[in-house]
Amino acid sequence: MAPRKPASAAARKSAKSDAAEKISEFNKEQELNAYREMLLIRRFEEKAGQLYGMGFIGGFCHLYIGQEAVVVGMQMALKDGDQVITGYRDHGHMLACGMSARGVMAELTGREGGLSKGKGGSMHMFSKEKNFYGGHGIVGAQVSLGTGLGFANHYRGNDNVSLAYFGDGAANQGQVYESFNMAALWKLPVIYIIENNRYAMGTAVNRASSQTDFSQRGASIGIPGMKVDGMDVRAVKAAADYAVEHCRSGNGPIILEMQTYRYRGHSMSDPAKYRSKDEVQKMRSEHDPIEQVKARLIEKGWATEDSLKDIDKEVREIVADAADFAQANPEPAVSELYTDILL
Amino acid sequence: MPIDILMPALSPTMEEGTLSKWLKKEGDKVVSGDVIAEIETDKATMEVEAVDEGVIGKLLVAAGTENVKVNAPIAVLLQDGESASDIGSSAAPKAEAKADADTPAATAGDAGGKAREAAEEAPAAKVPAAPKVEAASDPAIPAGTEMVTMTVREALRDAMAEEMRANPDVFVMGEEVAEYQGAYKVTQGLLQEFGPKRVIDTPITEHGFAGIGVGAAMAGLRPIVEFMTFNFAMQAIDQIVNSAAKTLYMSGGQMGAPIVFRGPNGAAARVAAQHSQDYAAWYSHIPGLKVIQPYTAADFKGLLKAAIRDPNPIIFLENEILYGQTFEVPKMDDFVLPIGKARIHRVGNDVTLVSWGIGMTYAVKAVDELTKLGIDVELIDLRTIRPMDLPAIIESVKKTGRLVTIEEGYPQSSVGDFIANRVSREAFDYLDAPVITIAGKDVPMPYAANLEKLALPNVGEVVDAVKAVCYK
Repeated sequence: MAPRKPASAAARKSAKSDAAEKISEFNKEQELNAYREMLLIRRFEEKAGQLYGMGFIGGFCHLYIGQEAVVVGMQMALKDGDQVITGYRDHGHMLACGMSARGVMAELTGREGGLSKGKGGSMHMFSKEKNFYGGHGIVGAQVSLGTGLGFANHYRGNDNVSLAYFGDGAANQGQVYESFNMAALWKLPVIYIIENNRYAMGTAVNRASSQTDFSQRGASIGIPGMKVDGMDVRAVKAAADYAVEHCRSGNGPIILEMQTYRYRGHSMSDPAKYRSKDEVQKMRSEHDPIEQVKARLIEKGWATEDSLKDIDKEVREIVADAADFAQANPEPAVSELYTDILL
Repeated sequence: MPIDILMPALSPTMEEGTLSKWLKKEGDKVVSGDVIAEIETDKATMEVEAVDEGVIGKLLVAAGTENVKVNAPIAVLLQDGESASDIGSSAAPKAEAKADADTPAATAGDAGGKAREAAEEAPAAKVPAAPKVEAASDPAIPAGTEMVTMTVREALRDAMAEEMRANPDVFVMGEEVAEYQGAYKVTQGLLQEFGPKRVIDTPITEHGFAGIGVGAAMAGLRPIVEFMTFNFAMQAIDQIVNSAAKTLYMSGGQMGAPIVFRGPNGAAARVAAQHSQDYAAWYSHIPGLKVIQPYTAADFKGLLKAAIRDPNPIIFLENEILYGQTFEVPKMDDFVLPIGKARIHRVGNDVTLVSWGIGMTYAVKAVDELTKLGIDVELIDLRTIRPMDLPAIIESVKKTGRLVTIEEGYPQSSVGDFIANRVSREAFDYLDAPVITIAGKDVPMPYAANLEKLALPNVGEVVDAVKAVCYK
């Protein structure tokens, strides 16, 4: 990320303490965990891109490469029963929630062993077991739905929180503000995570948004917001801790603007001509979320190139196994055409 | 084993492309994510990134080569400890394949291309038959059961109150449902009995609160979302159709949305085009929804209770004009009716008349007149539009040989047209006359009283249609 912009005065005031400002260091275990989790997403997505190129994956396929620190850092702050919902760039969220690489990959290839039996595809996957509520293909719809998950927690009087992820593009949808209003009005425990990767499909944020400080998008209805360096998993984790505590304590919703970047095009068929190669290259070489952790691990003597290669090897094996499974697994039985329409 | 780098497909439809430029040369080291080449498709120039780490051992396709088939090997990547001499055996057949651009290379890496071709060439599997769903019959009403006269409005409120008493996960949300006691007073008294946690006034933001309701349902609660009228639900139709109706299927059966969307539907009186539309046909188009549109207070009560208990998303269409009408409702502890079951309102032999919801008011009056003319009408109240009790209609038509339907919605792609189509397919030989489907006129609802009256169906049209199919 470009040098972290200090949060605006308003944001600091409304969020009381800007967690993104003071990054607490990770211990060795956290660094290694973050490294492994982010690498799994990276390698998984590269493999998905490759399988798409080979024709095993059809339709739309939106890769999460570059944004890994956001979901991995957020997930580190959650506890059992907290819920996650997102849009269509969802593979990373599912892996971070602990859904199996085999199940996700086989859904991408449309096979019976996929998480939705091959009937949902890249953009529509769910896991009741892991409290992952999709995987939604309509831009912004998950924001209202995620607010509903928060409503359910509030109704039941538990202390769970729901995480509603959406992009800078979805942040301009009308139902987002309808949901913000009700969440604030009823003090629902919802963390709105705006993954600002700078481009809504092929349109740069400043060409689509009159207010590009997304942390302030809830200001008019009193929802506090923070800007977070979404390329630094420690900053994400610190913001997540703050937001989760805010929600669990009954203070209502909060917005986290994750300043992040996607390396690939919007989808597999997007050549991404709307930005310069230099811009992408600079981000990759100077702000890569995985390289940042790697550099710290080595600098602190918590890992060596060789020990990290072992992690890489282990991750590649998981991904290769998922890819093999996803190619060998049969398509859903023809009888599945008419199942799961009604209960 | 050296790794083949294959010509990738970069869109769902790409079959071949031009390898316009190599950005790496033989001997270059690459890591995951490095751009190694550019290819041109019919739409754009795209970058090819390395997926694996290694050293480029050999470039198999020269820069500038056109019509390179998707999945043809374009380079060989050497891994740790391998050298160019390791390429040997595996490269030879590929080089050959490259020479003959029309033949996709026969390598293990080509499995994807083969899979794609196989999928295109294989004859489509036979489409399995849609499962037949049989609705249960109405519960027997024990002899001597007291019948209570009540309005549709009261029946709806009682249904909600009973289900809210029975299940703490049931709640009602919508505009003016709580403190105002309901815009049409359907939720009267619910706030007093159940409190503001379960009877929730929302802002005037249908899209948002419909989505919140669906999200709460996905999390296992049982929301009743009241739309002040279904005209406003068009703001929320994406959440109803794309989120509520499709999630069960898209999740492979893991999670759905047990939710009831209810409220007045169709024309009221003199509220003009934007507030006078019947959505029965719209929602009945959608797999994953159940659509209920009752007429009598007893059916409203029994079917709303069933809807609240049902694990699926339900569209429950009420009608402002019917709210104040009174009917007999059996006084029973738990009066629940089956969704998807038509009710024979009147048994007859000469002609089958099918309607539902407010349409029944025209049908009932027409039957009175037709009886005087000596025409014995069998009147079926469909009650549920989806899943539809087609067997009840077919069975009746087999007896009478004639069919008329009546609804207030627009004529094109109407519910009646769907019924007519099914009857013509399944009972053609039994028909003695063409089916007539009566609907509202094909115009936005006018405001002027005289024009509004013309735009809606009328009893005379029903009488004339029945006479016409009876050739009288």
